[in-house]
Amino acid sequence: MIWVGIKRVIKSGFINFWRNGFVSFSSIMVVTMTLFVFTSLIFLSILTNSYLGQIKDKVDINVYFATTASEPDILALKKTIESLEQVSHVEYISRDQALKDFKIKHQDDESTLQGLDELDGNPLQAVLNIKAKEPSQYSSIAKFLESKNTLSKNDSTLVENINFHKNKQIIDRLSKILDSATKLGIALIIFFVLVSVIITFNTIRIIIFTSRDEISVMKLVGASNRYIRWPFVVSGLMYGIISALITLIAFYPILYYVNKVIANFSPGLNLVDYYATNFGQIFLIITGSGIFLGAVSSYLAVRRYLRI
Amino acid sequence: MIYYDKVSKTYADNSEALSDISFTIEAKEFVSIVGHSGAGKTTLLKMLLAEEKPTSGSVFFESVNIHKLKRNKMNRFRRRIGTIFQDFRLLPNKTAYENIAFAMEAAGRTDEEIRADVPHVLELVDLGKKLWNFPHELSGGEKQRVAIARAIVNQPDLIIADEPTGNLDPINTHEIIRILKKINDLGTTIILTTHNRGVIDALGGRVITMEGGRIVRDDKKGKYVL
Repeated sequence: MIWVGIKRVIKSGFINFWRNGFVSFSSIMVVTMTLFVFTSLIFLSILTNSYLGQIKDKVDINVYFATTASEPDILALKKTIESLEQVSHVEYISRDQALKDFKIKHQDDESTLQGLDELDGNPLQAVLNIKAKEPSQYSSIAKFLESKNTLSKNDSTLVENINFHKNKQIIDRLSKILDSATKLGIALIIFFVLVSVIITFNTIRIIIFTSRDEISVMKLVGASNRYIRWPFVVSGLMYGIISALITLIAFYPILYYVNKVIANFSPGLNLVDYYATNFGQIFLIITGSGIFLGAVSSYLAVRRYLRI
Repeated sequence: MIYYDKVSKTYADNSEALSDISFTIEAKEFVSIVGHSGAGKTTLLKMLLAEEKPTSGSVFFESVNIHKLKRNKMNRFRRRIGTIFQDFRLLPNKTAYENIAFAMEAAGRTDEEIRADVPHVLELVDLGKKLWNFPHELSGGEKQRVAIARAIVNQPDLIIADEPTGNLDPINTHEIIRILKKINDLGTTIILTTHNRGVIDALGGRVITMEGGRIVRDDKKGKYVL
């Protein structure tokens, strides 16, 4: 009996979906819009995260060593810095490496290279590039470097220059901007998700409002609430699934286009590749949201008219 | 079978639809209720379907107080009553066949029963050829016959017909009344409300006359007196 009931409910859900073509069409439109907002938010947050990440990546502290500093001393200091918990990464560029880089950078600039040749030996300094885990941690790292007396050895200065204070203002402002950008992003996402969910719920409620006479007839014929409600939920489920499929398909060409646009200022990021590799996850989120929106809003909307 | 005990209904705006109504209907009776619009006929029937609650008094169906039924028992109870309305109230997105099948499905009948009974009952009301038509493809008389078929398919104990001929021409009116009479002869209790003098005089059965929310006459072999 239960199976017969389920079979009948699913069948009449399908038939209603098909016969109320216009109603189904409008519902699908609304749910699709909402899912478009969801998907856009997902990719927007990926985009911003990648930008913020790139900006964060550009910030570092450079420690320039005196040309007299020996390599073992520098490496020892590197080890101490790496052991700090705020530090994510330390890069060592030796004097020889710095010279090579310099030559490659100026390979078309004859006069500079000639000038370099006229000097005795290598005038360039060894550098440690220090990256913090969070931009706000740079000042504590800088403080550590300055207080540390390892920076000088046997009264001869090991470190010639730390370029933190020059960058301090920029770094501070940047970390504030990053912070508020993240907060604003989360607030915007919550706002848009809320607005689109409310719009969908109300639209489906209005659509089902047109069926209220039908529902009252069903009640008079003696149909149980379950038997009246579930075909609507099945139709709602179909709205959700179809909307999700439309959204997932439509985003392929959209991302392809967006990718071309952003390629100019974000070379590392490929949204189409991202979509392809994370398709399973995105599919689950979008289809899940679609099913939830369609089915739950239908369920709640019908409930109003069942109280006779 | 049905007993109205001092039933009154006052709406929120203090208009009194029914005041102190008491009467009994026996099984297998064919009772007509007549009265002007606003006399309280429809409210009286809505009480019986539990679409409206009385302000005071109670309505009994086989000694069960209808308005104290729990929701799941209410569905069962409603399946024992077939309803026919002036505006037909068919499900617009279902064919004649599906409209009737829906009532059977709601009553928990099997697919085999549905396949066997629906064509049969549509044959009874002379709609054997219109099984797959939607309501908007049927005439008023045909719609009402689908509604009657739906009302009788679950073999109810009682049929409530609220001005079933209100939207029909004289020939269709005559046809609908003939069908209702036949159903009554087969043992189903029928309550009919109408404005139509010809219908009442042709039936020659019990007539309850209402005016201003009260019963003013109740005649065993009634005529249309207003």
